[in-house]
Amino acid sequence: MLLKRLVLGILTLVAISLLITLGVEALSGDVCTAMMGQMASAAKVAACHSQLNLNLPMHERYLTWLWNFMQGDLGNALTNHRSIASLIGNRIGNTFFLAGLAALVAVPLALTLGVIAALYRNSFFDRAISIVTLSGISVPDFFIAYILMAIFAVWLGVLPAISNLDQSMDLWDRIYISALPVLTLTVAVSAHMMRMTRAAIVSLLASPYIEMAKLKGIRPSRIIIKHALPNALSPIIQVVMLNLAWLVVGVVIVEVVFVYPGLGALMIDAVFLRDMPVVQATAMVFASVYVILNLLADILSMLSNPRLRHRN
Amino acid sequence: MGLLKLFWSLNWGARLGYVIVIFFAICALFAPWIAPYGQSQIVGDVWEPLFGEFVFGTDQIGRDMLSMLIYGARNMIGLALLTTGCAFGLGALLGFLAATMRGWVDQVLSRFVDMIISIPTLIFALIVLSATGTAIPWLITVIAITYAMPVFRIARAVAMDIEVMDYVEAARLRGEGLWWIMREEILPNAMTPLAAEFGLRFCFVFLLISGLSFLGLGLQPPLADWGAMVRGNADGIAWGYLHPLVPAACIALLTIGINLVVDTAVQKASGLRDDQ
Amino acid sequence: MSDYDIKKLQKRVTNGGLDRREFIKAASAMGLAAVAPALYSQAAHATPKRGGTYRVGLGGANTGDKYDPADNGDTFMTNINQGAARNNLVEIGPSGEWMPELAESVEASPDAKTWVVKLRQGIEFHSGKTLDADDVIASIEHHRGEKSVSDAKSVAESMGKIRKDGKNTVIFELDGGNADFPYLLSDYHILIGSADKSGKVDWESADGTGAYVLKSFEPGVRAHLIRNPNYFKEGRGNFDEVKVTAINDAAARMNAMVTGQVDAIARCDLKTASMLEKKPGVSVLQTSGTKHYTYPMDMRQGPFDNKHVRMALKLGIDREAFVKTVLRGYGTVGNDHPIASSQNYHASELPQRQYDIEKAKWHLKQAGLSNLDIEIAASDAAFGGAVDATQLYAEQVRPAGINIKVNRVSADGYWNNVWMKVPWSASYWSGRPTADMMFTIGYKAGGNWTESHWNNPRFEQLLIQGRAELDEAKRSEIYVEMQTIVNQDGGSVIPCFANNVDAASDKLGRSAKLAGNRELDGGRSIERWWFT
Repeated sequence: MLLKRLVLGILTLVAISLLITLGVEALSGDVCTAMMGQMASAAKVAACHSQLNLNLPMHERYLTWLWNFMQGDLGNALTNHRSIASLIGNRIGNTFFLAGLAALVAVPLALTLGVIAALYRNSFFDRAISIVTLSGISVPDFFIAYILMAIFAVWLGVLPAISNLDQSMDLWDRIYISALPVLTLTVAVSAHMMRMTRAAIVSLLASPYIEMAKLKGIRPSRIIIKHALPNALSPIIQVVMLNLAWLVVGVVIVEVVFVYPGLGALMIDAVFLRDMPVVQATAMVFASVYVILNLLADILSMLSNPRLRHRN
Repeated sequence: MGLLKLFWSLNWGARLGYVIVIFFAICALFAPWIAPYGQSQIVGDVWEPLFGEFVFGTDQIGRDMLSMLIYGARNMIGLALLTTGCAFGLGALLGFLAATMRGWVDQVLSRFVDMIISIPTLIFALIVLSATGTAIPWLITVIAITYAMPVFRIARAVAMDIEVMDYVEAARLRGEGLWWIMREEILPNAMTPLAAEFGLRFCFVFLLISGLSFLGLGLQPPLADWGAMVRGNADGIAWGYLHPLVPAACIALLTIGINLVVDTAVQKASGLRDDQ
Repeated sequence: MSDYDIKKLQKRVTNGGLDRREFIKAASAMGLAAVAPALYSQAAHATPKRGGTYRVGLGGANTGDKYDPADNGDTFMTNINQGAARNNLVEIGPSGEWMPELAESVEASPDAKTWVVKLRQGIEFHSGKTLDADDVIASIEHHRGEKSVSDAKSVAESMGKIRKDGKNTVIFELDGGNADFPYLLSDYHILIGSADKSGKVDWESADGTGAYVLKSFEPGVRAHLIRNPNYFKEGRGNFDEVKVTAINDAAARMNAMVTGQVDAIARCDLKTASMLEKKPGVSVLQTSGTKHYTYPMDMRQGPFDNKHVRMALKLGIDREAFVKTVLRGYGTVGNDHPIASSQNYHASELPQRQYDIEKAKWHLKQAGLSNLDIEIAASDAAFGGAVDATQLYAEQVRPAGINIKVNRVSADGYWNNVWMKVPWSASYWSGRPTADMMFTIGYKAGGNWTESHWNNPRFEQLLIQGRAELDEAKRSEIYVEMQTIVNQDGGSVIPCFANNVDAASDKLGRSAKLAGNRELDGGRSIERWWFT
């Protein structure tokens, strides 16, 4: 079963790489016209094509890339001819570091708030958490970033405004310099997970077995944590997974605003420049993260529900 | 009369929700009559202060913020409702289908969703919208497809849990059809988490459209859009210009309103009556 | 109190905001007439000091950036390459005049067709190799020929035949006379790298003659430079180390400046620059350069083939309001031709075109129209705030019966798919140091970048004539006539010239007058500035 999923995962990756190739090819222009921009002329573009072997048909270029990729060779960027492995090497680490820190803060926070909100549903406390987290989520991420920057960097002067992490820093410095992006991301993802936790638990409270537990006189907090939560896990796991994936894949704007050297900004730049090998390499990283998280989520969902466990 | 009575029977949270939603709906419906100026009209200087000559000041090129907000309500609410509705219809239907049918249907759908969802949203939108153009129908299609993917994941997960319950087994043994099971057994029981998701996705649409305008792909000017209003004025915040907070507050308020209404609806649907 | 005021005045001198005459006038008003000249020179001739780490935040960075100057275009790379690691043969001074850099002298034959460049002797590259004529020739040849993909291809190709005469002399034989030839050598692409035995330059080694040696570089993120101890210029290259950080987001750049995470930034966010001016310890630096925004119409097709329609559109833009709103006052109005008022041969006598709805209506009527519906494409890729600016324009021209539909298009591929492809769009020019270069690249009939696709026989004739004319008075006459033709007949609405707006910490010293040809003192703050 696990093996089957792994094989399917790899097939998914190949399909994504094909899809990305077709998509980026379908965009007008190529790396040559994109690099020259306002200064492009027919003769220069032709010279550039032959330099970069872009005259070959698309399927040949794709198959060559795929063949090299399977052997672990990511190739060089078309724009500045740097090795892609070194280009994305540090950035992968940075992206996971940021996503990891944000997850470490946001997931426990959101789940706790969600459980508390479900426990005291419809109380003032429940509404207050709802309103605060909903306000946070309705603000575009770049604006949360600007607001936090204004408060913590410009007015209070306690945190750095830009997070230009570099490899020479020790762990503590890295955490300090990444504080604002981590906060921004926490605000951006917490509401979603919290709301889903609350909803998933509330949806079970009318079930017969909960009624039974209530009749037995078990305390409400115990009912929710021992009886409702375990059965509400599937949707919660899914939402946590979606948000973790977003923390890795979707943080382009936060990276740009805080000058954080992650993968997202690299991929956007590469798409704009039509630098296909770089687009492919970053897409493969993102897709692998997603496929793995997804697999984990499905396994966890299954483990959390005994009936599902038995069926397979 | 009956409606009013119903309204007073609700708890305060729900009442607040309805008031907010109705307020914005009125703005949207009667925009040309309520707004003091046109949505693209230049009425004053750049960034005129809040609560001065213009209630919410003017934006980065001197348009009246209040008028833009009112027209923005019209442009955005319709768009958001339509896209979220489509995303949910599609996502939930496919999710339930995958959960009840299992086997290869589930595999094909799930892997397809994996594929789309692992492409960063902005890049997916850029690729598709560059090919199709940014006409509103395409905008709706692209956002609906993008958001149907996470909805699918959640719907499928919820449905999987429900689908192994005894009462669904019983229905199957009774010989009920696939459609009947999905409609009568799974949908009502999956309503709560899905509704919560709906309330949030609704505001994500605003955010995504503003994210798209970052790439020059959102709503065409002169149509006012709240997200773009935040973006256009956002740089002022560190310098004490509070203008971007106004459209941001509108998005937040509408989101809160919708979610409060959804909470109430969910409460009813789940048959939970233990208002503590 | 008066002490404080005079300090403020002196600061403005140091920042390049006041010249000698203005300073003395202001100081005299404070009752300091006797000591005013001394106070002026104290401010103006601050002497460079060595030391410190200069941290500068620059936009325009991309993960695809490279050392090869053929591909450099935006602030981040030009500041590192031209402004720190390498040199040109000719440098642009603070008043826009050319002066020899790696060259010792640049001299023309009487017909301005043959130019002899003598190199300074004993200049060493970072690698220790001595600069000679072969390096110069290889560096220029890099941009020419069939295989060239350089942005400076046409510039390099206009340099004619290049040969060396001994180790230290390079001779250029042009096809036609060009009195402005030295300016070509100052182009930020035409940098000199060290050639190997095969006569090629390995640009990726980053080996240059510049004031700083590149220690590390991450494209789109940062660069780290250390001082070149053997630099050939006196009083330049003063910092021990330089850390360049890529900050593409304008608001983030401003915040980094305010919080002191960087010592200087290029390209302030205009919307908030006036607030930054009020911050103690930070100066906002303004220089007027050649940067301008344009709305080029395709003159080959209707309705833009009609002179009256073009005129109506030119009269329908409120330039004062445009400068005030779009540039927040950091710029000057344009007069529908591309030569800035700070440039040589600017047509100052030419009447400034005003916002005149009645006249616009009249021209529209002459074109046989009572109203006009047209579409314009705009994207923020054209220039910062272009979509907003174009909407502003559309609102201004509306009373004349002209409905402009602003079609916002994707920033992605704007220059390839939209600009010069659709009948009307928003565009941007960083400008060129001379009238001839600007007219040649943007207005010559049939040119790759002649954005209005125009063809005016008289203009073509003057262009050739002006280039070879060495008599200043005659030359001036020619360029004024050309500007008049473009102003009257041309296909571009040119509403404004944008100033360079940068910011720097007051701890930094700089010369009295800043160069305006590019941002941050001509893109050379790294080489020119110091910590006081």
